[in-house]
Amino acid sequence: MVDFFEAFRTAVRLILDLDADLVEIVLLSLRVSLTALVPAVLIGMPLGAFVAIRAFPLRRVVVVFMSALMALPPVVVGLAVYVVLSRAGPLGNLGLLFTPTAMVIAQAILIAPIIASLTRQTVADLWEEYEEQLRSLGASRLGAIPTLLWEGRYRLVTTTLAGLGRAIAEVGAVIIVGGNIAHATRVMTTAIALETSKGDLVLAMGLGLVLIALSLFINAVAFWIQDLAQRVEA
Amino acid sequence: METPARTLLPIELEDVGYAVRKARPLVGVSGVFSQGPLTVVIGPNGAGKSVLLRLCHGLLEPSSGKIRLGLETREDRIRAQAMVFQRPVLLRRSAAANVDYALKLRGVSAADRPGRVRAALEAAGLGSVASRAARVLSGGEQQRLAIARAWALRPEVLFLDEPTASLDPQAVQHIEGLVRSIHRSGTKVIMTTHDLGQAKRLADEIWFLHRGRLVECAAAEEFFRSPATSEAQTFLEGKLLL
Repeated sequence: MVDFFEAFRTAVRLILDLDADLVEIVLLSLRVSLTALVPAVLIGMPLGAFVAIRAFPLRRVVVVFMSALMALPPVVVGLAVYVVLSRAGPLGNLGLLFTPTAMVIAQAILIAPIIASLTRQTVADLWEEYEEQLRSLGASRLGAIPTLLWEGRYRLVTTTLAGLGRAIAEVGAVIIVGGNIAHATRVMTTAIALETSKGDLVLAMGLGLVLIALSLFINAVAFWIQDLAQRVEA
Repeated sequence: METPARTLLPIELEDVGYAVRKARPLVGVSGVFSQGPLTVVIGPNGAGKSVLLRLCHGLLEPSSGKIRLGLETREDRIRAQAMVFQRPVLLRRSAAANVDYALKLRGVSAADRPGRVRAALEAAGLGSVASRAARVLSGGEQQRLAIARAWALRPEVLFLDEPTASLDPQAVQHIEGLVRSIHRSGTKVIMTTHDLGQAKRLADEIWFLHRGRLVECAAAEEFFRSPATSEAQTFLEGKLLL
């Protein structure tokens, strides 16, 4: 266990000294996951809202399907994106495999269903409360979507943070499509997996601490926003 | 030659019924809401008062019978009316922004909106809370805001569904005053209540519903002096009407 404590101490030092490798990996993690969040939110939120308030054939099936996609296994998403982006794949000529862009695509696919599903629930609840009033005022169903998204803004921020938390902690998809290449596609989770298997616990633990701190931070912000919403908006 | 502006009124109901599955909250109602009297729809809980309002307002479609309105297009009909619900549904934004939202939906220009927002809030005695979040206002203020928002639309007909249920007497008085001034301004008010005292204070005309049927429809004074039906008598005596 001496080794363990020694490693832990060195890991903390890495963080405090802002070790160049560590900082680079953390920043790439944030960049990839935050970038993935953009398309996931832009597609997931309107889609979730649409499914929530628009009646169409097979809507129940779509809702169940969307919920099921929340539990997509990251390695399977990674594999699918790998196949599409690989040299022989349909988008192989873009040369995106083993780039941060490929990782962004994979994470966006992973978290878009989460955001769509949670948004659907939020908007469906709101629609139940607002439907008569909005119809009375003359709003169409489609026209009500922006209003409802804005009304649910606090919960939707939390939804977004849930997506970010899932993306940043995910390893299966990014290790397949990114390849964990040093200084190119190495993010926190893939580095931890690699360094641990190499037996180099110091960097792995340093990154693990940062990852846990980030997760705590994201959750704390989400909690704080909910709390704030309850106080100012009743 | 100039044609007179078309109006939504009179609203003519011909044998109107509404059914959901096995329940029939409204059965064979015929009558006319016309310009002029402040109409109060009364009756015990479950009499079909809210359903009647929702049918006239267009939120529900009658299962049988016909509702004839003066205006033809959906657009014109929506514009000519507004409704206030028992539980005010306010948006999570300021009081002023709630009124502004409704005006914007009706296509009132950005230049005209601030003035109309202010006028409506002041008429409802809410000028001082214009910038407060709507959902933190008191129950009475919230309902006044809902009424102000509806009134700002300058509807020809205003439906109010139990607007003072679960409010304290002072808030009720405030809202009744507001309803009176809306009526005086020329808007046709059609409201429901199960509070007989309120019906007496406000109504020019009474529609008395019981078990989904229109049992009596009369001038308020006459209705309260000498109700024509035994059901109305029982109800007015404060007995349980089963």
